[in-house]
Amino acid sequence: MAADEGRGVWLYAVADRIAAPGVGLIPQVFRGLAGVGGEPVRGVEAAGLTAVVGGVDLAEFGEAALRRNLEDPAWLEETARAHHRVIDAAAALGSLLPARLATVYSSEASMAAALARRREDFRAALERVRARREWGVKAYVALPAEPGPAGASGPAGASGPAGAARSGAAYLRRRRDQLSARRELRHGAIASAQAVHSRLSRYAVETRLHPPQSAQLTGKRAQMLLNAAYLLDGSREGDFASTVATLATEHPGIRLELTGPWPPYSFAAAEAEGQ
Amino acid sequence: MNRAPAPSPATAGRVIQPRAVDIPPERVALVDLLDRVLAGGVVISGDITLSIADVDLVTVSLRALVASISALAAPDSAPGSAGSAPGAAGSAPGAADRPPEPGRREP
Repeated sequence: MAADEGRGVWLYAVADRIAAPGVGLIPQVFRGLAGVGGEPVRGVEAAGLTAVVGGVDLAEFGEAALRRNLEDPAWLEETARAHHRVIDAAAALGSLLPARLATVYSSEASMAAALARRREDFRAALERVRARREWGVKAYVALPAEPGPAGASGPAGASGPAGAARSGAAYLRRRRDQLSARRELRHGAIASAQAVHSRLSRYAVETRLHPPQSAQLTGKRAQMLLNAAYLLDGSREGDFASTVATLATEHPGIRLELTGPWPPYSFAAAEAEGQ
Repeated sequence: MNRAPAPSPATAGRVIQPRAVDIPPERVALVDLLDRVLAGGVVISGDITLSIADVDLVTVSLRALVASISALAAPDSAPGSAGSAPGAAGSAPGAADRPPEPGRREP
């Protein structure tokens, strides 16, 4: 299999077997589609499944190069978007399991062997996500800026000792009130986020909580409290979306964001992982 | 290049109606996408799989991303989040500054 030492195989997704076995599988959706590295995309029959793959140059996508390149934000963004573009297009073909970013093989033969070892896992997982899509819901709370530390801007120079004591006490009281108001807002928002998640979970066949994104990553001032993914039957999507809208008005202390539909990224790994 | 979501203090804190939109794949927020492609997806090992299931590596690359975004953002755009780690792949982002999770990761 040393046909081309400098080339690797990038795996986008594992999908149902496409009809017409043995044929070079280039479904219409892949024509003209630029995958990772700008490479064309094709389907390969392997272990009774279809692997959606593309070629990659190992000078850029080999192990050492990947370790370096993944730390380059522009490269990471371009690669993640290309990976997603292909998976999104391939999802039109039927049930599919997206592969974790940067799964690269030395040859189609080694990839096929890896798929064959876990064929039954993949079959079961493909059934689990069939006719279902992932939706994301994030909840944020915007808290007022934390009051400065006591003494930092204290009531210096009030008129006389009595006046100073009076306004000092007023200052401390005000500060205490601000802190407790902030705490209450936050606790209320957390309770709201919990209520939202519990209500939305009823629509989902599976849920997964991602860690809340840091404010540095989101570029938003508001703090994220919930970063959840829901796997929904197609028939539940309408009710789910309108429930999100209802919940947004029922819980004015938080702001909700709905994203999707996504290919089932957050639900592809559950049973296949850890083997 | 469109790598950094712009800070949007104008919308922060306002309740907006969520909209279910079919987002073109080019337009999805990078952070949402990274949650999914770095911490989701099926992990398949092979004889020479080069996988970034390796949490350290993901954390390192997200740190680089955070640094580049922070450099673009106004200095006061993220109060209270200084020092919080990026969240991905099961790392504990900003554990000290984070509220209890509203629920647990389900099996």
